[in-house]
Amino acid sequence: MLRSSSRERGPLWRDPTFRALLVQGILLLALGAFIAMVVSNTMANLEARGISTGFGFLQDRAGFSIPQTLIDYSGDSTYARTFVVGLLNTLLVSAMGIVAATLIGFAVGIARLSPNWLLARLATAYVEIFRNIPLLVQILFWYFAVLQALPSPQNSHSLFEVIFLNVRGLVLPDPQPLAGFAATPWALLVAVIATWWLARHAKQRQAKTGRPLPVFKLGALLLIGLPSVVFVATGMPLEWSLPAFKGFNFQGGVTVLPELIALWLALSIYTASFIAEIVRSGIQSVPQGQVEAAQALSLPGGIILRKVVIPQAMRVIVPQLTSQHLNLIKNSSLATAIGYPDLVAVFSGTALNVTGQAIEIVAMTMAVYLLINLIVSALMNLYNARTLLKER
Amino acid sequence: MVDTTTVTEMVAERRPPDLRRGLLGWLQANLFNTLLNGAVTLVTVALLAMVLWPVLQWAVFQADWLGNSREACSGEGACWVFISARFESIVYGFYPGAERWRVDLVFAALAILIAWLAIPRLPAKRWVGLFAMVAFPVIAFFLLVGGVFGLEQVPTGNWGGVMLTLTIATVGIVGSLPIGIVLALGRRSQMPLVRGFCVVFIEFWRGVPLITVLFMASVMLPLFVPSQVEFDKLLRALVGIMFFWSAYMAEVVRGGLQAIPSGQEEAAKAMGMGYWQRMGLIVLPQALKLVIPGIVNTFIALFKDTSLVLIIGLFDLLAIIRSGLTDSDWLGFATEGYVFAALVFWVFCFSMSRYSQHIERRLHTGHRN
Repeated sequence: MLRSSSRERGPLWRDPTFRALLVQGILLLALGAFIAMVVSNTMANLEARGISTGFGFLQDRAGFSIPQTLIDYSGDSTYARTFVVGLLNTLLVSAMGIVAATLIGFAVGIARLSPNWLLARLATAYVEIFRNIPLLVQILFWYFAVLQALPSPQNSHSLFEVIFLNVRGLVLPDPQPLAGFAATPWALLVAVIATWWLARHAKQRQAKTGRPLPVFKLGALLLIGLPSVVFVATGMPLEWSLPAFKGFNFQGGVTVLPELIALWLALSIYTASFIAEIVRSGIQSVPQGQVEAAQALSLPGGIILRKVVIPQAMRVIVPQLTSQHLNLIKNSSLATAIGYPDLVAVFSGTALNVTGQAIEIVAMTMAVYLLINLIVSALMNLYNARTLLKER
Repeated sequence: MVDTTTVTEMVAERRPPDLRRGLLGWLQANLFNTLLNGAVTLVTVALLAMVLWPVLQWAVFQADWLGNSREACSGEGACWVFISARFESIVYGFYPGAERWRVDLVFAALAILIAWLAIPRLPAKRWVGLFAMVAFPVIAFFLLVGGVFGLEQVPTGNWGGVMLTLTIATVGIVGSLPIGIVLALGRRSQMPLVRGFCVVFIEFWRGVPLITVLFMASVMLPLFVPSQVEFDKLLRALVGIMFFWSAYMAEVVRGGLQAIPSGQEEAAKAMGMGYWQRMGLIVLPQALKLVIPGIVNTFIALFKDTSLVLIIGLFDLLAIIRSGLTDSDWLGFATEGYVFAALVFWVFCFSMSRYSQHIERRLHTGHRN
């Protein structure tokens, strides 16, 4: 063979295959040596400090309380439960932030393209101001400069004497489901499935006969109507626990922590400024010719927007939007700066300080974020594969 | 006979059709062209007036600007005396007063270097860039830390304020860019082990929040080294920041590498160039030029995130201001403090983003679809 004969002539270290093996061998050795060194150092250090390794501590009693818990939790709960409580709090603020940031972001992004000069400039100013200030500064600003300056519970700001805002947080009426309420969420689920089926049916019908169905109106009617009918038919089994000021604090109602409000505001406003830019560039990425061609077919403006511009813009927007959502989830870890009990604050903060199990705790915390990242990336790749431009 | 086509009288003067010109015309075209737009304009103006006027009143017209103690604050508007009274510590942290010329010198040199690299007309970019990436960090290190050439040693615990923020940002970029380039090249390598290592490394750092990285650097790093090695707190944070941002830098550089047509590398191969020659002389110069805006954007993000070191107890700009807020003489100036911090960060980040947009336009020669 030609290749092997030329290889025999040159020196061995000139051979690309040999060199690749050599480089990878060195990398493997270096990595192995590095890991061995780190492990042996860590073992020696842990022994010197008298820290035991392993995840046994997760079953121990935590002994500290957490100001906001979505599941039952007390000082007697285990560290494993602390972990779950922190994780749920992280997911709560992330979900709230993602919804708000996406809504604000789309509104601002579309406003930037408005023909109204003032509105467009205002949207630009919003983007330029909020994306250039560190998120941490914004969180601290909302928490210490705005929410800590609110009045004491006695002098709360109130809305119709039902919702109250004070330095200890936002007090909202708390819905208390009575017997028979369970039917309403089930009705909602049925309505969602029915709407999904309706949308599919309408699409098939239009493909076959060319006649569209008013899916939006029918779907809205289903989604709102069915649960309402069931709710009234079961005798409106819902009671509101209204907050009232008694003694030194509010009785009844549910209190939203000021830390949660500050974090939510800062995360939504900050991330929205990035989402706005993504939405703007996404819409602008649709070639003008597409709109002109649709106009030449004399499609009405609403249809052009819904069927021509938005589907093509979404292909550009969605991947970047998802990465912003991931950033928001990761950024929610800044909660620890104002003491919102998220995963990092209660687990990598309090639990780590109490137990000293630095390696296990930091590794578990990182694993959570990595896992979320990997799952969302996998879903994103699926979406990309489905919406990939089919080139001829 | 009268010629009916002849005009014997002057045509009456008419208004020129220039409704769309001038201030009024502009207003009509841009703000009141439809009924809806007019309504939007009015609502926006009303909202702006409701927000902007009180803010201006507070921040400028009723604010206290002069003085050096709390007595100077009238309490009607913002009291900027809070900032001016602590200006020295906001800039230098706890750096000893007699040694501050060293900080001034380093950052003046840094400013000159950056200006030299940023202004297109100045010559010898390559040598200045090389100096800035290699020699300058060494000189700056010895100047700031001291302990040699008769300079007094200043422990990093005394560093703080704007000076620490700029130090972290500079070290972050100088460290993460080369690591990022190597990682980006490794991710495109043909060798499975090298590629795998780079992919795992990049995706790991990109998947976790910076704050857990800083936690890891401050609580786990000391466990990884032999117990007799003293690991400086600032150094630990810097290592974490460098690794974290090198992963983001790698993805930016990879974008540039992918944009270079493979014909470039194949041509270089045909000329008999080795791997490092092909990369260093043909591919990287083109790729890096393409991604300058991306690098600047990463740098802006890095700069903003330097504020996170507050959480592991380093006194950067934000932390210095925050600690000033707990001073019993100056309680209740949180708004002034955070607004000032926001303003400083904003000025830095906004000018960098403008520069990146400018570069993007300058490099965008044609090919616009």
